[in-house]
Amino acid sequence: MNAQSIVYSASALLFSPLLLGVINRVKAIFAGRTGQPLLQTYYDLSKLFRKGAVYSTTSSWVFRAGPTVGLASVLVALAITPFGRVPALLNFPGDLLLLAYALGLMRFFTVIAALDTGSAFEGMGASREVQFSALAEPAFLLCLAALACKTQSLSLSTIISRMNFGLWAKDGPALAMIAVAFMAVLLAENARMPVDDPTTHLELTMIHEVMVLDHSGPDFAFILYSASLKLWVMGALLIGIILPVRTGNILLDFPATLLGMIALALLIGVIESVMARLRLLRVPQLLVGAGVIAVIALILILR
Amino acid sequence: MQQWLELATVLLFLSNLAMLGLSELGACVRTVAFQGILLGFITLIVRQEGLSVRLLILSVMSIGLKGFVFPFLLLRSIREAGVRREVEPFVGYVTSVVGGLLMLAVSMWISARIPATATAMSSFQIPVALSTIFTGLFLVVSRRKALNQVIGYLVFESGIYMFGITAVGEIPFLIELGVLLDVFVAVFVMGIAMNHINREFDHIDADQLSSLKG
Repeated sequence: MNAQSIVYSASALLFSPLLLGVINRVKAIFAGRTGQPLLQTYYDLSKLFRKGAVYSTTSSWVFRAGPTVGLASVLVALAITPFGRVPALLNFPGDLLLLAYALGLMRFFTVIAALDTGSAFEGMGASREVQFSALAEPAFLLCLAALACKTQSLSLSTIISRMNFGLWAKDGPALAMIAVAFMAVLLAENARMPVDDPTTHLELTMIHEVMVLDHSGPDFAFILYSASLKLWVMGALLIGIILPVRTGNILLDFPATLLGMIALALLIGVIESVMARLRLLRVPQLLVGAGVIAVIALILILR
Repeated sequence: MQQWLELATVLLFLSNLAMLGLSELGACVRTVAFQGILLGFITLIVRQEGLSVRLLILSVMSIGLKGFVFPFLLLRSIREAGVRREVEPFVGYVTSVVGGLLMLAVSMWISARIPATATAMSSFQIPVALSTIFTGLFLVVSRRKALNQVIGYLVFESGIYMFGITAVGEIPFLIELGVLLDVFVAVFVMGIAMNHINREFDHIDADQLSSLKG
């Protein structure tokens, strides 16, 4: 643990809601609207924190625990996510599995909190979420496994710090396939466009949004904030792979990675603007495709 | 050079998977065209000793025929037969794609046991060539439309071609051109046959041909 890691973690806590603002702004520009302010997510969060929460009499402690456990899990995930060359707050061999399962725990609690409300509607969303994440998780783990084999390390901080442009020149196809598969997983896990429409209010098509309908006030603020942190965690990993600026000068590396994150948010915004949501039947094909691409990358690296 | 070869080989395999997973006939035809262009490119860079007139002609023939002439013929027969644009597979798309991966695994197992790999520049070439052959055969048996059988046949031929230029190298020029010509005639004839099937039965569902037998 060092000062740089602390600065990085603080910047993640501070800047992550900005990513959602950037995505929304890009979508607004594409649609020819002025769009909401870039800082809208911050306003939403502060508004929600000032409100009270409403709990249904049929729900139990599980429903109340859901958002808190979700936020705690994603904070654990953040603590083991490196940012470019800056190592994570915590790093030890095997922390890539902890990352996958911290995100898994977050999802699990969102799902059982949704089921706890007893609403058939939320149960439907929960079922879809679990179905898709069951397909996204193997792809995610295969990507991490391929990276671990490539860099001969089981710790995320070491893996990301060993990525560089030389590796891209030598093993470009495999790394590109990892990046593509990872991007598909990122979009699926963060309920973004080709898989889930974050702005939809049509009941039959919702996945993530429908699960959090009953949360209100600070609970919903927790969920919103966890979602933006999750996007940041996965985005930081992806940027660590595809934009490995490792000059050794912290004043150069850090802004480069930060700009990479903004560019990623722009890319997600563009994807959301130009693509329609996939039919639900098509989503498993996308995710299995991502898994297959990750397997090919792994084969290429292992041989 | 080796990087480019590796990239092209990986793209060839990914286009196989795309072929297994795509549901639209037109998209399948365009993927076949992409494969043809890719093979022409591979022809240019596959030999260590560099470029020769022979390779150049082969490459141009491959790109011209598989990249442009065949897709044109196939797209025209799709248009003229007025078929539904869905592939209608017997085996689902996801299963097919996972099957494609299994074919790669089997091909790697086989290629570790044949001595031809010595001449290949990248250890991925022979497995991809073999799995392209398997993918072609799989496409022929697992799709309902007659048009898909032509596509599968073309993929199959691409696999053999890839295997030839990688493993054997010194196939006489005339034989390679002869194979391309055979494929050309086959696609042409199958296009005509498809039109006849279509005129006779109002569809090109090859599966229903089996009901013809007494």
